[in-house]
Amino acid sequence: MAYRANILISSAAPGAPEVEQALLDRIEELQLAREVQVIQAATLGPQPQGVELVIYPEGTHYVRLTPEDARLIVDEHLYKGRPVPRLMYKGLEVEPLEAPASKEVRVVLRNVGKIDPGNIDDYIALDGYAALAKVLTEMTPEQVLEELKRSGLRGRGGAGFPTHLKWTFARNAPGDVKYVICNGDEGDPGAFMNRRVLEGDPHAVIEGMAIAAYVIGARQGYFYVRAEYPIAVSTLRVALDQAREYGLLGDHILGTDFSFDLEVRMGAGAFVCGEETALMQSIEGLRGMPRTRPPFPATSGLWGKPTNINNVETYANVPQIILKGGEWFASMGTEKSKGTKTFAIAGKVKRTGLIEVPLGVTIREIVYDVGGGILNDKKFKAVQTGGPMGGCIPEKYLDLPVDYDNLAKVGSIMGSGGFVVMDEDTCMVDIARFFMEFTQDESCGKCVPCRVGTRRMLEILNNICAGKGKPGDIERLITLGEEIRVGSLCGLGQGAPNPVLSTIEYFRDEYEAHIYEKRCPAKVCKALIEYKIEAATCIGCTRCARNCPVNAIAGKARQVHVIDPEVCIRCGICKQVCPVDAVKIE
Amino acid sequence: MKSLEELQKIKERALERRRMSAEGMRARVVVAMGTCGIAAGARDTMTAILNELERQQITDVAVTQTGCIGLCEFEPIVQVQLREGEMVTYGKLTADRVPTLIARHVVGGEPIDDWTVKQKA
Repeated sequence: MAYRANILISSAAPGAPEVEQALLDRIEELQLAREVQVIQAATLGPQPQGVELVIYPEGTHYVRLTPEDARLIVDEHLYKGRPVPRLMYKGLEVEPLEAPASKEVRVVLRNVGKIDPGNIDDYIALDGYAALAKVLTEMTPEQVLEELKRSGLRGRGGAGFPTHLKWTFARNAPGDVKYVICNGDEGDPGAFMNRRVLEGDPHAVIEGMAIAAYVIGARQGYFYVRAEYPIAVSTLRVALDQAREYGLLGDHILGTDFSFDLEVRMGAGAFVCGEETALMQSIEGLRGMPRTRPPFPATSGLWGKPTNINNVETYANVPQIILKGGEWFASMGTEKSKGTKTFAIAGKVKRTGLIEVPLGVTIREIVYDVGGGILNDKKFKAVQTGGPMGGCIPEKYLDLPVDYDNLAKVGSIMGSGGFVVMDEDTCMVDIARFFMEFTQDESCGKCVPCRVGTRRMLEILNNICAGKGKPGDIERLITLGEEIRVGSLCGLGQGAPNPVLSTIEYFRDEYEAHIYEKRCPAKVCKALIEYKIEAATCIGCTRCARNCPVNAIAGKARQVHVIDPEVCIRCGICKQVCPVDAVKIE
Repeated sequence: MKSLEELQKIKERALERRRMSAEGMRARVVVAMGTCGIAAGARDTMTAILNELERQQITDVAVTQTGCIGLCEFEPIVQVQLREGEMVTYGKLTADRVPTLIARHVVGGEPIDDWTVKQKA
């Protein structure tokens, strides 16, 4: 028997069985089974595009089909004889891959993405280990320190302490046994600058550490890398083996009296271990908790010995400074913050990613020129710099040149270079609550103000977001925040109140709206919003009611639907699935 | 390594090898294999490239890896350089696109414009 139509389905595509079932069911329902035939053809067309159908004799090609689309095609195309252009194949799909013209200046990342990190020869070909050779054969430790001083390099881990001073202290500290440590415990959510360096150019960091060891007189060094970076760790281990094989680590490096070797230690997931004294405790095999400073690591660090500890990015800068000179490095950046910095741009921007720019570029340049502007062309609201202990910087500071001192002035920090962009749909109270949740969770518990105080702050913020805010909450948050700041030993506690205090300073009206008007201006806090269906817009398609996980939506086909606010859990699915955007938040 | 001269020799040898490999080879294919690339499927892409070259018995193509080149959103990223040509950067080069890439660019010598990452001024 001849069929009126033959339908080929791309049965190998993911989701094909469901579409095929819907197709067959609908064909059955409309009693078309004797007229049309469905044939499984593994793949169709020049490039796979979801579940596809080709209907013969016309040869109409439908792509990216859902079971619902399949039912529609049966209704329209096969039953009524009206093809559905919306679902048809429209030629090879080409996604434009447009990257911004690069504003980058690469010092730390100069080799990343250019060399094979698994091959030391690639690094040596691009002047790798030439700086170490120069230091060992031509320079005294004092000359190295002088060059670093001229460069103006400051610690890239966040605090921005001048590197040459740190090294001088460790050099001058009495003792035969000294250590160098590289802090690769990059724990800030959304930050991956150090990972990229360790994965892409591990030898640059090794070389920088060897130079530091020469200057302070250390023979042994440690890489402390977080366990969440398995690829970085394995790349690093390969690099260390290759450096040892070439005699660039070990005894009598390059025939000199300088001997130095490195070991990798992995963190175990505690955020506080990125703090230098907690990190050293962790290497010693103790529980990672900060201790009082002074004494500083430079005089009493790992196992009580003088220790120099720097961030991955700081060490990676050193070889270039030695080769090209301190003046060259100091020619980039601002008066007090020299050189370049890597930033991880995340959040509501069009292009997220990692960049290296000279210090002193403005926030606007980073957000709009590098990040491509705000996602969906919404309005910029704030940017949070420096990880979970950073402050939120509002729009009025968009033209602020980014450096250590300017960020501190507006209540934030450079940190390791996190850059989280927020748009008008972000609730600043909710975001402060989110970061407080993180720091409260990661507080090691040693200092009472940090352990208990962050908990109390989180409770107040949770209440405010749940619509249970009380008059006086804002003041209580400020008092608590200031006390935690002065009563904590390490950067975690000292910085934990930053997101809250800065959002209170710049977005106090949002806190007040939550507390006094029980209203969330950004329409984020679930307890303070209500989903409603606009009667004039609703077409009664029933899609929202069918997708509602708690059956909170009532209404018949082609009639206006209504959400029951008592049942609604504010999950937002109805808003996502509504084809005519009739669901509004109030 | 016991002296500066030795380091210098290794450097010259490494530079020479970079040049040599470009001379003796039809093309160089570099896959970005940072965490971002691997998360987007760079390992599958790499395997597909090696399999496709082997299937076609092409031996004069050097396949290497590198770290993150800074365009994480376009991963997996693959760069192809023909003997004297410019380095061409492809974005979202998933394993299913590899046979076409090898056939058209590496063998055919014509870059696939639609798949390249364009830097906009």
